[in-house]
Amino acid sequence: MTQHSTLPIEVSGLVKTFGRTRALDGLDLTVRAGEVHGFLGPNGAGKSTAIRILLGLLRADGGTARLLGGDPWKDATRLHRRLAYVPGDVTLWPNLSGGEVIDLLGRMRGGLDRRRRDELLERFELDPRKKGRAYSKGNRQKVGLVAALASDADLLVLDEPTSGLDPLMEEVFQECVREERDRGRTVLLSSHILSEVEALCDRVTIIRKGRAVETGTLAELRHLTRTSIDAELAAPPDGLRDLPGAHGLRVDGRRVRCEVDTAALDEVLRRLTSVGVRSLTSRPPTLEELFLRHYQDERPREAVR
Amino acid sequence: MSGAENRGAGHALVGTGAMVRLILRRDRAVLPIWVLLIAVMPAAFVASFEGLFPTEADRLRYARTSGTSPTFLALYGPLHGTDPGALAAQRAGFIPVIVALVCALTVIRHTRVEEETGRRELLGATVLGRGAGLAAALLVAMGASAVLGALTAAAMAAGGVSAAGAVALGLQFTMAGWVFAAAAAVAAQVTEGAGAARGLSVAALGAAFAVRMAADAGGRGNGLQWLSWLSPLGWGTRLAPFGDERWWVLLLGAALVAVLVAAAGMLSGRRDVGAGILPPSLGPAEAPVSLSGPFGLAWRLHSRPLYGWLAGFAALGVVFGGVADGVGDLVKDNPGLEEIVTRLGGRTAITDAYFASATGLLGVFAAGYAVSAVLRMRAEEASLRAEPVLAAAVGRLRWQAAHLVFPLLGPAAALAVAGTAAGLVHGLDSGDAGGWVPRVAGAALAQLPAVWTVAAAAVALVGLAPRAAAASWGGYAAVVVISLFGPTLRMDQWVRDVSPFDHVPELPGGEFTAAPLVWLAAAAAVLTAAGMGGFRRRDLSPG
Repeated sequence: MTQHSTLPIEVSGLVKTFGRTRALDGLDLTVRAGEVHGFLGPNGAGKSTAIRILLGLLRADGGTARLLGGDPWKDATRLHRRLAYVPGDVTLWPNLSGGEVIDLLGRMRGGLDRRRRDELLERFELDPRKKGRAYSKGNRQKVGLVAALASDADLLVLDEPTSGLDPLMEEVFQECVREERDRGRTVLLSSHILSEVEALCDRVTIIRKGRAVETGTLAELRHLTRTSIDAELAAPPDGLRDLPGAHGLRVDGRRVRCEVDTAALDEVLRRLTSVGVRSLTSRPPTLEELFLRHYQDERPREAVR
Repeated sequence: MSGAENRGAGHALVGTGAMVRLILRRDRAVLPIWVLLIAVMPAAFVASFEGLFPTEADRLRYARTSGTSPTFLALYGPLHGTDPGALAAQRAGFIPVIVALVCALTVIRHTRVEEETGRRELLGATVLGRGAGLAAALLVAMGASAVLGALTAAAMAAGGVSAAGAVALGLQFTMAGWVFAAAAAVAAQVTEGAGAARGLSVAALGAAFAVRMAADAGGRGNGLQWLSWLSPLGWGTRLAPFGDERWWVLLLGAALVAVLVAAAGMLSGRRDVGAGILPPSLGPAEAPVSLSGPFGLAWRLHSRPLYGWLAGFAALGVVFGGVADGVGDLVKDNPGLEEIVTRLGGRTAITDAYFASATGLLGVFAAGYAVSAVLRMRAEEASLRAEPVLAAAVGRLRWQAAHLVFPLLGPAAALAVAGTAAGLVHGLDSGDAGGWVPRVAGAALAQLPAVWTVAAAAVALVGLAPRAAAASWGGYAAVVVISLFGPTLRMDQWVRDVSPFDHVPELPGGEFTAAPLVWLAAAAAVLTAAGMGGFRRRDLSPG
């Protein structure tokens, strides 16, 4: 139990329904102290619903959720002193300036590092004097980011925080998140920008239809996936059809293309070299392929396991 | 170049038809409802008056009050005859204000609000002239008022009153709708936000109403009557439906509409989508110390509308107070009435009765502010702006409390300001300021528990059924209808009991009983607690 309470986020079997829609269907999510945890899923997978439950904005219908050792619904106010949140679509008050919103949110969380605030404004090239309605989408996001990053929080909850940012600002954002991690802060980063996740995250949870379908380090996840093989053989092969672990096999004369489960790689290569290999290209799985496999409906989930 | 400019005017309106259809589709429920509801009202008044006062003598007796009582004159305008049509037309004198308000809000909703939410940009990228949105909003609002006028006239004429009078009354409604739709179109170009455009339009309407009240309250031939030529709402009463209809007055309305529409079109051609004519100002780079928590934030969000309402209430108080002295004079010219009044307790008694109904009216207006302030809290939630606040170390109860300070104390301030202003102005006129100020201010403040009850019903809706929160306006409309028209339409007592204002003691002059006020305050407290508790337990709900 004591070990559990050190986990910043610990969610198990979380259920949330809206009318007939089951937005969360037994979600498990564990975020360890000091890590940047990627929370990935297609639109409508339930990422924002899970985050809103963790923030005490929504109430779970079932399962348990622990946040910084407390109950996200009952202890909301106390817990919120220790976290900062950036929504995917920052909405601002039309008659408040960006600087005012940053200070207000920081003060309501219980503190704001002035020096860091000014430094962040400079790095994000944000004019804090503009009124809320005068900001573009990207600049509204920057207001939310500066407010969160300048606050003195143990946990950052970022829900697709970079939507609308240009690539330069995306770069600044990634630097900032790395600095936060170096300071020992924990980050939950929901995203569907794969490069961002690959660049930042120590561990990843993939969510689909309200349920975690995969969780682990990127290396672990890659291990679960397939390598693409494109080989030219000495002679037309036979007996490849019944190869275990080879998928999408296409034989075109002496050319063989397939995707191979990591565990079956040895066996497949042995069979190929037994025929004789003239040329071979192999490509490790990209994160993209990993996601696509989880996102696409046609592929049964069993195939992944 | 000149060719391009020539085409420009036509191009600006490309797609207007499609936009009209879009607006009609979005408003397909609300538009027919308000048009029909308002259109049947005057005909219902006619039927009611025929039932209440079947003979000419009955009607004469009623006309003697309604044609001379400053409250009636101020609120509804002059009486132009004694047939049921004329009585109904006077009683419908508040309807142009409602039509004007609805039309103005419709125009702003389909122009400025669309720009603010970015939906306008989505459409602007399609084949759509830059003036199409504005033109379509105006066409719908003006078309609706035209239909409303026609239906009003048809329904009344079907009831057997003079057709000319019925048509004139219908046109009076239409004119009010057209003028304020056009005025709102200008306001939507000048300001940058929908809120400011609404505020500007409502302020213009309020000013037009106040001027008309000041002009009519003193009765026929008073020194201020010329003022009504300065107010588009005053033109409506000068049209004199069921009197000697002055049709040419409609030309004044048409001319003003043409000027306003041209101005709006010109301004809209000169600005960017999303921008106003007035340049956006920069704000401070850092928040002042006062903006540190939910209360500071609520103050920033509520203070500007509150100041607007307070200014409006101060003006209303001055008008109500200024008119009060004429009440006694009316009695002087009318020996029969004077005798009755003396029996009732003399000149003070009739002034008291006047102030009692005036403060009742202030109470109903204050409830309108209170409902709007409660719904501002809901708007914060629906627009997701509440989320970052509640995701900071701010509890649900504290967040609500910060917002609810305004519907709780705002009406108190508004009623105190209006009551004090009315009492002071009348007190200076009659030489007894020390007596009248507390008398009228006290009577105004006695409305507070009823105002709170209406506001608390809105709090309960926000907490327990957030998606139905806008129905608070329906409840408020019911209270307005019961308070303004309940006696005329001879509504059953149980219906009138629904309005909290029906339970407020008649003050000044009447007997003060604390019990109903305590009960109302208790009902308000229970509803508020239910709403706040409901909000604390439920999910945040986007709009």
